[in-house]
Amino acid sequence: MPDQINAYLDSDYEAGFVTDVEADTLPPGLNEDVIRFISSKKSEPEWLLEWRLKAWRDWLKMDEPRWAHVQHEPIDFNSISYYSSPKSLEDRPKSLDEVDPELLRTYEKLGIPLHEQATLAGVAVDVVFDSVSVATTFKDKLLEAGVLFCPISEAVHLYPELIQKYLGSVVPRRDNFYAALNSAVFSDGSFVYIPKGVRCPMELSTYFRINEANTGQFERTLIIADEDSHVSYLEGCTAPMRDENQLHAAVVELVALKGAQIKYSTVQNWYPGDKNGMGGIYNFVTKRGVCHERAKISWTQVETGSAITWKYPSVILRGDHSVGEFYSVALTNNFQQADTGTKMIHMGKNTRSTIISKGISAGKSQNAYRGLVRMNPRAEGARNYTQCDSLLIGDRCGAHTFPYIESKNASAVVEHEATTSKVSEDQLFLCQQRGIDPEKAVSMIVNGFCKEVFKELPMEFAVEAGKLLEVSLEGAVG
Amino acid sequence: MLSIVDLHVRVEGKDILNGLSLEVQAGEVHAIMGPNGSGKSTLGYVLSGREGYEVVSGSATFEGHNLFELDAETRARAGLFLAFQYPVEIPGVSNMEFLKASVDAVREHQGLPPYDAVTFMKLARQQSASVSLPPEFLKRGVNEGFSGGEKKRNEILQMMLLEPKLAILDETDSGLDIDALQVVAEGVNARRSDENAFILVTHYQRLLDYIVPDFVHVLANGRIVKSGGKELALELEEKGYAWLEPEVA
Repeated sequence: MPDQINAYLDSDYEAGFVTDVEADTLPPGLNEDVIRFISSKKSEPEWLLEWRLKAWRDWLKMDEPRWAHVQHEPIDFNSISYYSSPKSLEDRPKSLDEVDPELLRTYEKLGIPLHEQATLAGVAVDVVFDSVSVATTFKDKLLEAGVLFCPISEAVHLYPELIQKYLGSVVPRRDNFYAALNSAVFSDGSFVYIPKGVRCPMELSTYFRINEANTGQFERTLIIADEDSHVSYLEGCTAPMRDENQLHAAVVELVALKGAQIKYSTVQNWYPGDKNGMGGIYNFVTKRGVCHERAKISWTQVETGSAITWKYPSVILRGDHSVGEFYSVALTNNFQQADTGTKMIHMGKNTRSTIISKGISAGKSQNAYRGLVRMNPRAEGARNYTQCDSLLIGDRCGAHTFPYIESKNASAVVEHEATTSKVSEDQLFLCQQRGIDPEKAVSMIVNGFCKEVFKELPMEFAVEAGKLLEVSLEGAVG
Repeated sequence: MLSIVDLHVRVEGKDILNGLSLEVQAGEVHAIMGPNGSGKSTLGYVLSGREGYEVVSGSATFEGHNLFELDAETRARAGLFLAFQYPVEIPGVSNMEFLKASVDAVREHQGLPPYDAVTFMKLARQQSASVSLPPEFLKRGVNEGFSGGEKKRNEILQMMLLEPKLAILDETDSGLDIDALQVVAEGVNARRSDENAFILVTHYQRLLDYIVPDFVHVLANGRIVKSGGKELALELEEKGYAWLEPEVA
């Protein structure tokens, strides 16, 4: 690789600042009292506390998954604090005017103005700061359309039947090690319900921020799209730069009832650690949706952050003629590690799924695609198309592909295409010879590589994603 | 415009150019011919600043700048263009996006504002028609799935849009059918003026039927062993390089 590119080091993580707010943070450690504390902080009903405690007992018997293509020191779950809330939120603010101005400034710095008049037109935002939701915009306007959008801790009180019916219905309490941990200690997250036949009038979005040191974030998101409804949901994440690793173990459950459509987009920019691999977020997330008859779930993700990403947004195609989609860009640089992909479980007849995965590895990073396509015996006429492309920048990084195909129905069709390419010296020299500087050239080549996925993102996010790639790629070649 | 004096260049430890000297004035077209492995492509690469070409000694001055002090993109912006022998593909990056980034970079260097999208699109369509590339080629990835001839025409399109002072065409004629060859020649001839110069690196006299050079040079063993007018090319066509053996050796 050309030497001049080696010079473009020192990428800046723009969201790396710390907000100085007084916080109520539970001392590190995990035990039954901690779970009781979280539950009582949120004045939860008895059944939910029981649910958490069952998850906790299950978790104690489980082992950390070891199959992912990532390496890290064992996590000391007793060194993490499981609850942190800015003090000023002890009595949850009733309106934005009561939110600590320091917090509002944090979000403005991140480019997410929370005052409704200033927010992006047509996007309602729920904001989760450490363990609590700090603000949800446009709640009333959404309510007019019958759309429920609020922190999950509030939904527990306001819509107990929905929570009791659907919480854990897609990702069971003991689904996996991190999902069980989340079920025991989840603090906040977003809840969405779209009533029958309603097309949600605006994009919904949740913005997650980890601020406190030594704190884990364990949010839980539940989206229910009732029959023939439609919703597009965006999720963004950042954290301050810190030398120690921080754990983020979220669970997202999507329920698309008959004929419903859910589009879920993520731009994940958790702090990736420094150039030497110090610090950064461990992003161990379980995301799954279930599609009933004719329903459609589409996951789009742009993953540029985190020291380690372990994440497989999946779709269970339970109903006949249902559709699952997964569009992913995962970029790793420096010492980042990603093991990400999807699972498409075809249960119904004529179900269809599409997987487009673009992995970009730079620096000394390791980037793995892991995907499962399963055709169950009942999945007559089911189809899957998978395209899995890897792009390498430099010669010290790695790209890996682990496709799993299990077909138990002879009429099902599974297609898998995979390519691996390199940003070549020839391509860079062509750009330079045409006057384009190498940094811009790399970003142009990478953006071109990701085009199929970016076009799936809502407009504002597509622009943000392009810029994010550019920043994340600074110093990419070495 | 370009003055090369006693240039010695090494590639991967091997001496490729051994004391090459060449003067190119504005308005001139120089053809460089020679047997395989004589260093023709190396000349284009070392002048345009490709990595891996080590200048051992000698100098190259372009429009008063010491070329070897400038990075590749700055040389390009200053008006030095290389049409590649094997143009590379950049999948997913549309030709239009690539051309605009390139033209805007050169304009910025000249203190000019970037083109607005509409104006540029018009210009690009116009020029691509002049090299017989249908407009859909502007939407496709750079050289992505282009035939050999289409890639070469795309090189000429880039040259027309960038309006370089000095264009070096590295075997642009090789592998071209007669129609494509004419398109390339027309492109060059249209840009010939008192202010521009060209260096045509070629194996064959055929190209020189369409682009008539002012000077023809024979490159052998990394040095220019014979120079002459356009008739030298005809002589080479007839006799090959063997009669230059004493010089070649």
